[in-house]
Formats: sequence, C-alpha cells, structure tokens
Amino acid sequence: MAPPQRARPGFSRRAQYTLFAGYVVAVAGVIAGLLLAITARFDPAGHAAIQSAFADLTAPVAIAGRNVSGGVANAYQGVSAYIDAGSKNRALDAELRGARAKLIETRAIERENYRLRRLARLVEGSREPVATARLIASTGANVHRYATLSAGSRDGVASGQPVRSSEGLVGRVVAAGHITARVLLIIDSGNVVPVKRLSDGLPALATGRGDGALVIRALQAGSNPFKVNDLLMTSGAGGIYPPGVPVAVVRVLTNDAAIAKPLADPARLDLAMVERPFQAPDDLPPVPDAP
Amino acid sequence: MRISVVRSYQPAPPAIKLALPVLSIILGSLMVLLPVIATVPIVPPFGLLMVIAWRLLRADLIAPWAGIPLGLVDDLFSGAPLGTGMAGWTAALLILEAIDQRVLFRDMWQDWAITAGLIAFDLVLGWALAGLVGGVPAPWLLLPQWLCAVLCYPLVMRSAAWLDRQQTPR
Repeated sequence: MAPPQRARPGFSRRAQYTLFAGYVVAVAGVIAGLLLAITARFDPAGHAAIQSAFADLTAPVAIAGRNVSGGVANAYQGVSAYIDAGSKNRALDAELRGARAKLIETRAIERENYRLRRLARLVEGSREPVATARLIASTGANVHRYATLSAGSRDGVASGQPVRSSEGLVGRVVAAGHITARVLLIIDSGNVVPVKRLSDGLPALATGRGDGALVIRALQAGSNPFKVNDLLMTSGAGGIYPPGVPVAVVRVLTNDAAIAKPLADPARLDLAMVERPFQAPDDLPPVPDAP
Repeated sequence: MRISVVRSYQPAPPAIKLALPVLSIILGSLMVLLPVIATVPIVPPFGLLMVIAWRLLRADLIAPWAGIPLGLVDDLFSGAPLGTGMAGWTAALLILEAIDQRVLFRDMWQDWAITAGLIAFDLVLGWALAGLVGGVPAPWLLLPQWLCAVLCYPLVMRSAAWLDRQQTPR
C-alpha cells in the first residue's frame, strides 16, 4: 500500500493556516453533530419530519426494489417448497397460518363480546382501516427498528396510528411524510405494547428486544406465569393499539419473563393496514377480567 | 513512486475529481434503501465503509471536514438521530488523520484493522446516541453488524480503488 498522499504544507504560512482551519472546522463539526443528535431527545418529531421528507424522495427506488425482491423471494420460496415436500405443503402452511390468526381473533372477539355484554354499554369506534399499504424499506443499519410504509399524509396516515397486518400487530406510525410514513415496529427496544394472554386475560407488557423477539413481562410480581405457546394479543390498555389484535406467541421462558416471537414477521410482511388510534373508554366502570 | 522532495501544497482538488468519491459515498449511504425489512441491525454502514476506503486510498481527496456534509446525508436516510453520522464520520476522519501523522507506511492488514476499529467506534457512538431517543437493544447485538461490515471492507475498498483507477489513468 502506498504511503499517505497528503502533501505536507511545507513552509507556506497560508497553506498551514488552511490545513489548521480544516481541523478546526472538523472538530466544530463533531461537536455540532453531537449537539444535533442530542436535540433528538427533545424534538424527535422535528428529526423525524426531516427524515420523512427524504424518505418520500427515495420511495420510488425502494418500491421498485421491493417489487424485485418480492419476486425473488417468491421464486426462492417456490423452489424451496418444491424441494421440501411439494407446493401443497406450502399452501397448507399458509392456510394454517391464516387460520391460526383468524382463530385468535375470533376468540378475542368472543371474549370482548362477553365483556361488552357485561358492560351493557357498547363503546366501539369504527375499525375501518385508514390505509392499506406496503412496507418498502427499513433502517437495517441502525439500532432502531423503523420500517417505511408506502402511504403518507396524502392517504390520511398520521403519527400515532397503529399498524397491523392480517397476521398480527406490526407497530405504530411515528412520522408521516407526504407519500411515506415511518413505522416503529413492535420489535424495537423502544416500543412497549400492553398485551394480555388470550386464555385468561393475564395483563402483561411486550417490549422489543432488538433482535426480532419480544420480551413479555407480567404486571404482577412473583413467579413466571407464562407457558410456552401462550398466545398474546393487545389489551387496548393505554390506547393507541386496538384490543384483540394478535401480537406474539411465547417461545422461551426465562427467570422473570418470557421471550415471544411476533406473529407478524416483518421480514415476510407485504401488506399492512393503518388503523385509527384506539381510545380506551375511560368513563367505564372497571370490570373483573376473569369470566 | 514517491518523490522525496516536499511537494508544494495543493489547496483543493478540482471538483471533477471529487465527483466519484462523493457520489460513491452517497450511494453507500443509500444502501439502506435495499428492500429488506431487517429484524436485526445487520446491514453494514456502507457509506461509512466507503468514506474510510476513499480516505485510506486518496488522502488528498477527503479532508477531515468532509465528514460533516457526507455524514449529514447519511443521517437523512439511516434512521439515526440527525447529527450521529456528522459527528461519527468526522471523528473517524480526524482519528485517521492522527494515525497518518504517526504511521509512515501501512499495509492492507493494517488498513483493515484500522477500519475495523473505526467501524466499532462509530457503531458504539450511534448506539449511544440512539439511546437518547428511546430504548436500545443490548450492545452485543452490534456484533453481527460489525462483523458484517469488517467482512465487507475488502469489497468496498476494491470498488473505491476501481473507481479511482477510472479517473486517474496510469
């Protein structure tokens, strides 16, 4: 390898000053960058707005790329299905997956009906999706798990709206550009989703672990109440996420928590629905959760 | 061949010579548009790799302050808080500058080791700054990405060298 090619400034006073000014500017840039990054703590919306504008600019590239990769992924899946056990296996698998999500939702609705009957007062906003769009890119080089959705404020998408797919909860919108929106996935470490166990309504909190899994912690202290294969759905507590959306299935148990796998795999996601933020009815009397 | 006289100082390289490095570095930053919905941070920071490769290759083209605009462009797409790349890239270039003043000759392995160190530095910095906005994952989750970046370095270096050969015929 050749030695560094930067010429020494020699004895020219002007050249020395130029070089020195370069260092001063660079050090000032480092400090300015750090300060700018720290402002993200106080004004995350401002940062997100600027980044959304540029996500809008590059959306066509990402959409085209997603189409190609979708084709490639489909071809790959097709080939692997043939090698595994023929295409029938794959079709059945997909059907089973859909049916499982449906089953969870049906049981959730059943349970909700029961509770609503007990309340004797129906408070239910419309569950019409705001928009249906595709996830086109993600911030794979960053520690935060954002995905870019191909719908923006033009389609009525706004910050704070929950995003779900047919299989389960995906995340929530944190910034909306004109034609794209940034979605904070539930697997992000900064995202907390109030959930409950499907079987008995045991309340818990699901936090992303940053590696594609969720950590589930029960609200009550004591021994770990979870079992492997427990299904979790949103509880609707605290608003934003509507109740009854399937979230994850428990895979591994640890000392005080459970590690769950999200039902909506972001890597396989194609279409996602943006819904209106759920508003928890706070004027209702508390209801005992167990039937 | 190195000529052993003190060369006269070149104030700034012509703009046309900067086009290829700048474009390739921005292209590296745009690699995050790859249509993969990543569930773990695994995509190497190609923009940073490219800027380090160019700096190691052509110190006369990349001044230390170049990290400010180029890092800002990277921030616009990377999803990190704005300013992360600005600070991280410029700091990396300043560290390289300091290394250059102590080491006269380097070989490929030294370059590789320097790059690995700088990438680790920038990933940890990005991790720390991302923690200001919200929760961050365990720091060991940075390891796969770092390893990926280090393994991608020769490829990025070869691309930068190939681009450089296109504009400076020997």
